[in-house]
Amino acid sequence: MHERKDLTIFPERVEPLLSAINKQGKNTRQMPAPFDVYPLDDIDKDIQNEDLPDLPDVSEVETVRHFTRLSRLNYGIDHGIYPLGSCTMKYNPKICEEIAGRVKDIHPADTYAMTDILKILMELSKDLEEICGMDASTLWGAAGAHGELTGMLIIKKALEKKGENRSTVLIPDTAHGTNPASCTIAGFNPVQIPSGPRGYLEASTIKDYLDDDVAALMITNPNTLGIFEQEIAHIAELLHNNGSYLYMDGANLNAILGTSRPGDMGADCMHLNLHKTFASPHGGGGPGSGPVLVKRHLIPYLPLPWIVADEKDSYTLKWDSTSSIGTIHSGMGNLAVLIKTLAYILSLGPEGIKDVSHVATLNANYIKTRLSKSFDIPYTTPTLHEFVLTDKRQQANGVTTMDIAKALIGFGIHPPTIYFPLVVNNAIMIEPTETEPLEELKRFADIMETIATLAETSPEIFKDMPFVSPVGRVDEVWAARHLILTWDMGESNKEAAVSKQ
Amino acid sequence: MNFPGELKYTKDHEWARINDNMVTVGITDYAQQELGDVVYVECNDAGTRVEQGGVFGTVESVKAVSELYAPVTGTIVEANKTLEDTPELVNTDCYGDAWMIAIELTDPSELDNLMDAGKYETYVSTESK
Amino acid sequence: MSFIPLSREERKEILDAIGVEDEDELFETIPPHLRYKESLNIQGPLDEETLRARFQFRPHKISFLGGGIYNHHIPAVVDAIASRQEFYTAYTPYQPEISQGTLQAIFEYQSMMASLTKMYASNASMYDGATALAEATLMAISAKGLKRVVITRATNPAYRKVINTYLQFNRSVEILEVPFNIISGQVDLDALNDMVDSDTALFIQQPNFFGIIEPLDKIAQTAAKAGFWGIVITEMVSLGLLKPPGAFGPDVVVGDAQSFGNPQNAGGPLLGVLCTTKASIRRMPGRIVGLTRDSSGKKAFCLTLATREQHIRRGKATSNICSNQGLCALRAAIYLSAVGPRGLKKIAAQCASGARYLMKLMKEKGIDVIFNGPVFNEFVVRMEDARIKALEEAGLVPGIRIENLYPEIPGGQLLTVTEMNTKKDVECMKERI
Repeated sequence: MHERKDLTIFPERVEPLLSAINKQGKNTRQMPAPFDVYPLDDIDKDIQNEDLPDLPDVSEVETVRHFTRLSRLNYGIDHGIYPLGSCTMKYNPKICEEIAGRVKDIHPADTYAMTDILKILMELSKDLEEICGMDASTLWGAAGAHGELTGMLIIKKALEKKGENRSTVLIPDTAHGTNPASCTIAGFNPVQIPSGPRGYLEASTIKDYLDDDVAALMITNPNTLGIFEQEIAHIAELLHNNGSYLYMDGANLNAILGTSRPGDMGADCMHLNLHKTFASPHGGGGPGSGPVLVKRHLIPYLPLPWIVADEKDSYTLKWDSTSSIGTIHSGMGNLAVLIKTLAYILSLGPEGIKDVSHVATLNANYIKTRLSKSFDIPYTTPTLHEFVLTDKRQQANGVTTMDIAKALIGFGIHPPTIYFPLVVNNAIMIEPTETEPLEELKRFADIMETIATLAETSPEIFKDMPFVSPVGRVDEVWAARHLILTWDMGESNKEAAVSKQ
Repeated sequence: MNFPGELKYTKDHEWARINDNMVTVGITDYAQQELGDVVYVECNDAGTRVEQGGVFGTVESVKAVSELYAPVTGTIVEANKTLEDTPELVNTDCYGDAWMIAIELTDPSELDNLMDAGKYETYVSTESK
Repeated sequence: MSFIPLSREERKEILDAIGVEDEDELFETIPPHLRYKESLNIQGPLDEETLRARFQFRPHKISFLGGGIYNHHIPAVVDAIASRQEFYTAYTPYQPEISQGTLQAIFEYQSMMASLTKMYASNASMYDGATALAEATLMAISAKGLKRVVITRATNPAYRKVINTYLQFNRSVEILEVPFNIISGQVDLDALNDMVDSDTALFIQQPNFFGIIEPLDKIAQTAAKAGFWGIVITEMVSLGLLKPPGAFGPDVVVGDAQSFGNPQNAGGPLLGVLCTTKASIRRMPGRIVGLTRDSSGKKAFCLTLATREQHIRRGKATSNICSNQGLCALRAAIYLSAVGPRGLKKIAAQCASGARYLMKLMKEKGIDVIFNGPVFNEFVVRMEDARIKALEEAGLVPGIRIENLYPEIPGGQLLTVTEMNTKKDVECMKERI
């Protein structure tokens, strides 16, 4: 394993940039040209571009090969286990993609075509409300963080209606960074509170923070340690008695799908991440989708447009309301993702939905049981769909969480989430999801055990890992110091940057 | 770790070099080690007023960002522009070329609120536990 | 249909390995009263054929719809490549060694957007043009402490509404609209001049919501007085014809690049664009990819400038955005690579020409074209409800009703033409009026 070249089995060379294969005249694509061309001399010459748009000129076969080669430098869920904690990287059913493709040629102002779509969206809303135990929903959040912002604006608006100017939102220290960031944009002041020694927020803790400035608690359940917030019902009661709201981040809903409902826990408002829990693909960063669900008392504030039934038992969009927070997107959110979600829910049915949380928890606990023999597990509280390890035992030999992650890449597996949640030093957060075969779970656990063994027997080899990957360890410090953000910056800045080294 | 005896220190890990009423400021060896590879430093421009304990800038590594706190009240007379292009100096020469700002001090009695090297070293050893 | 790959025996094997009797035991940390014991009231499970039969849609064959979401030609290579699972089912590229494909593709997207707009840099995408604009206003406010957001009334109403939503609880910022000239449809330059000063963040859509091309060269002189200003582009194909917006010196160029290889999708996913200057790069929301090197000195890519973002700066981040529209940005990169410089120019000329042809035919039919400013691929006519209804019954959608959005334009109807319309579509519209 010491000789890099012996293990370089990837057939890829590093692919040049498109700008490097650009040559004038190579692109011979014929574009559709239905109209006779007008001279366009009514447009001021000072506004028109005399030059061609500044784009690479490459042939179709080069485009195809370039991006195909790039794709092979990636890792997708169809490759194998993708155990990123709190990201819920589960298999994305192909049928859902096929069905969503059917809306691609519809314009949202084609009201006739939209009638069918609104009916489907209404059904999706009802299903999500049933699954979460909530009363109403909006589907227009384009991602989880967009949903969070929407939810916090709804709460702000509801407080304003009550004539209250509360500004504090309590957020446990296990929360995703989007939570405090969304609060700030909505005009709140996020205040971090400690989760207890057992890995969940205790009602006694929240009591210390409750005053008449607390607008809400924003909490993920189960939290990012994979631990169910077992005092949540009591906490909800304390909040409500204080005139505060309970906001639930649905990032980890996969753990409790069909098994427990946020609405029953006392949540007033929550969002979902359809690209996690409901199996739509992550697309290398998005598009996601972040519907927001509320209890009855927050319905008036939901963003526009509202889908409403008209007299003919079909649906239309309502665009005006003085109570609503307003619109949050120029189109219809990430509508195609919504279509995938309904197809997924219908595919599974009520029993299949419940099975998701059962098997997600089963799989996570299998890996946890296996790895607890060779890795440090910081909390003894039982966990659901994910759990956190640390590098404490490997640190003794100088092997860190980062080293373990890079070693996993060398073994052909995408690493788990690392250095998060922040409450655990050097965390490794593992979430296998329900769609992993037992063989794959075993393979992952075997490899992790091998890594633990290597950390004891030959810790020195870790610094050069990953051995088998398209590129060696990537220098993020160099990137941040030189900021080459486009290929145009490359040539001039690069020389300066290299000479500086 | 190195904590020069001629400097004064803050609880937020800045050092201060006092030369009459002129105070040069940077971050300590402990701070730069905790941050790791520094990739960016941003300080308020010359002419801005800062309060003791008030923010005068930020320092960033790849995965962390820290605010910089002024050890004394006064007016910034100079900010070290070389750090804009060579932030790595913070890692290589934190007490020398990586000075960040120079402040013209208004109230010398504020210096009493700072720690000397020995006290700071004890402070660091308790904080890192 | 379930996607769980475990047999009953394997589930038992796992339970044994964990050392519990049955699956319910795994949920013992959930208090009994919070456990949901009923059966969810949802339909299914359904097989694939039943699902296929259940999702049927009926788009209109002939339509002249735009207004921010456009029907453009998408080369076959876009779907062929973007649907590769290695791109499609990958996560955000936080682990660069195993995500070089996504990273380089996004770097190329950033490069092409920066080249087309002639701005310093582009981020890796925003949700849509409206949220990109709203975040640009937040950038302006945080960077310069500006007190006034001034936006042209001829900017897409949906975009203006989203700004209002984002800023509704920010009491220290006022939002004002610059009127348009009722004859030309362009911004009222005198009013603009009166409204802009160094405390102002100014935003102008080009071409504007009415499809009219704004005199950016003249506007730029006034805009330079603003503390921060931006150009909003909802129809990126216009960049095939018009001078790059960066040439006029804005602080940001924001908008939507759905037109670049992304279908209409009944309203989303779209593709928010945010390009900015070197001076503002650290205030920018969203992810960005940088070029770097690996341990052996080879070229590599990674996410950079991450300290602006929520996962590090949390409550003080420049934005809360995490998931973006990565796959849509990839599609845009493939699209731009496939059509190339001449292809984009040709498409832009086709759009502009098609709009002029439809305008000519409408005028021949005695339809009132409302503004006389130069258009790109959209224009506003006056049309009565009855006529629109009749056209819809005749099987075509004659644009978007805008009289409710602009009461000052009674009967206002926005018509859009792209290269996906045919000469026959346009003539058909004339015949059926």
